[in-house]
Amino acid sequence: MAKKFELNEVEVWDGNYAASQALRQAQVDVVAAYPITPSTPIVENYGAYEANGYVDGEFVMVESEHAAMSGCIGAAAAGGRVATATSSQGFALMVETLYQASGMRLPIVLTVVNRALASPLNVRGDHSDMYLGRDAGWIHLDAYNSQEAYDLTLCAFKIGENLDVRLPVMVHQDGFTTSHKAQNVRPLQDEDAYKFVGDYKPVDDMLDFTRPVTHGAQTEEDWHFEHKAKQHKALMDSRAVIDEVFKEFKDLTGREYKRVESYMMDDAEVAMVLLGSSVETAVLAAKELREKEGIKVGIISPRVFRPFPFDLVRDELDRENLKAVVCMDKSAPGGAMGALFNEVAGALTSTKVRPMVTNYIYGLGGRDFSIEEAQRIMREQKAHADAGYITTPIQQFSGVRGPKLGFFETRRGK
Amino acid sequence: MAITNIKNLKEFSTANERFEGAHLLCPGCAHSMIVRELMNATDDNLVIASNTGCLEVSTAVYPYTSWDTSWIHIGFENAATAATGAEAMYKARKRKGTLPDPDAPVKFVAFGGDGSTYDIGFQWLSGAIERGHDFTYICLDNENYANTGGQRSSATPIGAHTSTAQAGSVSYGKKQKKKDIVAIMAAHGAPYVAQLAPNKWKIMAKGFQKALETEGPCFINTVSACTTEWKFDPKDTIHVTDLATDSLMFPIYEIINGRELNILYRPKNVIPVEEYLAAQGRYKHLFKPENRHVIERIQKDVDEFWEYLQRREEARV
Repeated sequence: MAKKFELNEVEVWDGNYAASQALRQAQVDVVAAYPITPSTPIVENYGAYEANGYVDGEFVMVESEHAAMSGCIGAAAAGGRVATATSSQGFALMVETLYQASGMRLPIVLTVVNRALASPLNVRGDHSDMYLGRDAGWIHLDAYNSQEAYDLTLCAFKIGENLDVRLPVMVHQDGFTTSHKAQNVRPLQDEDAYKFVGDYKPVDDMLDFTRPVTHGAQTEEDWHFEHKAKQHKALMDSRAVIDEVFKEFKDLTGREYKRVESYMMDDAEVAMVLLGSSVETAVLAAKELREKEGIKVGIISPRVFRPFPFDLVRDELDRENLKAVVCMDKSAPGGAMGALFNEVAGALTSTKVRPMVTNYIYGLGGRDFSIEEAQRIMREQKAHADAGYITTPIQQFSGVRGPKLGFFETRRGK
Repeated sequence: MAITNIKNLKEFSTANERFEGAHLLCPGCAHSMIVRELMNATDDNLVIASNTGCLEVSTAVYPYTSWDTSWIHIGFENAATAATGAEAMYKARKRKGTLPDPDAPVKFVAFGGDGSTYDIGFQWLSGAIERGHDFTYICLDNENYANTGGQRSSATPIGAHTSTAQAGSVSYGKKQKKKDIVAIMAAHGAPYVAQLAPNKWKIMAKGFQKALETEGPCFINTVSACTTEWKFDPKDTIHVTDLATDSLMFPIYEIINGRELNILYRPKNVIPVEEYLAAQGRYKHLFKPENRHVIERIQKDVDEFWEYLQRREEARV
C-alpha cells in the first residue's frame, strides 16, 4: 500500500508537479516513460514518489518515447491503469503508437507538455505537438495553468476509463509557461482524489485466463472502416461523459470546466479564439480593452480540442452582435490556414449570422505573446467590424521579425 | 499440455489446444511448428505479443484468431515492449491484489521475425532485455522480410538473393554478412540465450522450457525455413532445416549468463555448406563459375565460427 502524501489546502506547484501529483493520486498501475524537455520533471517527480513509497505501481523507464507508449499499450491491455508523459520530438516519435492505443480502445492518460517541433531544434512551447496528434483518435483536454493541469489529469482518467468511452486521453499544458511556472494550486487530499477517479475496471483483460482475448488484430477493406467508424462514434459520444465528469468535478471542488470556455461573449462585437496559457493573456487583454477603449471583445477556447466541440463553438459564434473573429494558431501551419482557424471556420458554415474570420500564427518556439500584442490584434478585429470587411490579409503572423507576412485577401475589401 | 506428457512427435506436433491450425501461413512454413512447440512446452498461462510479420498477419485476421491464449500485436517493432509492459502490469496487480486469479502461473513471450528482431525492433528488444523483465523473446528467423515479399534483412546471409539485394549480371546477391544476434543478446547479460531449430525438436522444446523457467529476460533465435523466399518445395521444410543444422550454417547452442556456452547439437557427419545452398533457389546463382568464390567464403566463415563456438565452449568463459 502506497504511503499517503500530506498536502496543504493550497500548494505552490508548477504544471509538471501538478500533473505528476495527479498521476500519483490516481494510483496508476504502470507508468512507462522516457524523459524529454519540458515534461521531464513529471517523470522525475514520479520516480521520487516511487523511491519513497508514495506509489506502489510499476515505474518502467524505457529506451524511447515510442517504447514508452508501446509499454503503456501492453500494460493497459493487461487490465490496469496506465499513464505517461511526453513533449515535442518524443510525442512525434510516439505518433505511430498513439493511433494504435486509440484503435485498440485502451484508456491511457498522456500528459503532454507542449513544445515546438524541430527543425530548427527548439525546447520552448508551442502547439506543434498537440496539432500533430489531433487526428490520432484521442480525447484532448487543454489546461491553461497548473491548477487545471492537475484537475484535468484527474478528470482524464475518469473520462477515458468510463466503460462507454474506453479511449485514451491527452492533457495538454504549455511548455515552460505552465510546466515550469509555480502557482497556487488547491489539490484534493489523496483519498478524495482517488475516490473521484475510482477503481480501474478491466475490459478484455489479458491477465484473465478464463477468457483469452486477441488484441490488435488485422483488418483489411472488409472490416477496417467499421472499426474506425465505431472509434469515431465513441469519440463523438464521449462528449456527454466529459460533461458529466466535469459536473462531478465541479460538485466536488467548485471548479467548473466546460468543453468550450467563453469569456465576455454575451455582448462581444469581436472575438479571439485560442488555446492554452494564451487564453489567460487574452482574457486580461480583453478586459483592459473593454475598460479603456470600450471595444467589446470576447474570448473563446475549446477546452476539449478533441472531440472538437463543433456545436458549442458554433453556438458561441452565432450571435447577432458578433462581427469579427480571429483564430490564433500556435503552430506552423505548413502551407495552409491554421488548424484552429479551419475548425472554427468550419463551425461558422452552419451559423445563421456569419462573422468575418481571420487567422494569426503566433508564439512559435516560445515567442512571447504579450497583452499589448493581443490588444493590437483585437483592435484590428474592431477595424474589420467597423469597415464591414477584412481590412488585412486573412492569414497574418504575430510577433515575427522580418518583412510583414500576409496571405489571402478578402474579396469584399477589393 | 506440456511436452513432458507427450510421447511422440506426431502427438506433440498436432496438439493444438492453444494455437489452432486454421491460420494463413504458407504450407510448409516453419513458424507454426516453432510457435506450437513453444505453446506445448508449458502448461502455464501464456501472454504472447507478436511483432507485425508473417506470424501476426496470418493468425489474427478479424474476426478470426488462431490464439486460444492472451495475445497482443501493436506494431512492427514493439512486441518486446508490449510483452514487458504486460509483465510490469502483472507485477503491479499482483502487489495490489487486483489479479483475477493471483495464483495462476503465467509466462510472457514475444515473437518477432528477423526483420523486427535484427532490424526495426532491435532497440525495443535491447531495451526490454536490459530492463530485466521476466519474459522470453523468440525470433522466427527466416532471414528476410518474407511478409512483404522477400526483401533483405540484416539476418540475410551473404550471397542470398532477395528483392532488395538481388543477384544479377553484376551482383551475387547480398554483400554483407549476417548479424550475430545471439552474441549481441548474450552480451546484454541475458541469463539464457540460445539458437535452436525445429528439426531438433527435443532440443528446441528443452531450450524453450529452460527459457520459460529462467527468471529474467531470455532470447532464442530459431531458424524458420521459408519455403516461399528460400525457394524450396513446401514438403522439404524439415529436410532443408536438417541441411542447415548439419552443415553448421545454423549451429545449435546456448549461452548462459552471457558467458557459459554449450553446443547442444553436434552433427555426426558435417556436410558441406554447398549441399545446403544447393537445396534452395535463393542461392542458385552462386553455382555460376564467377560466383563460386562466395560459396568458398561462406564455407570458410562457417568453419571459423564453428571453431570459435567450440573454443568458447571449452574455455567456459
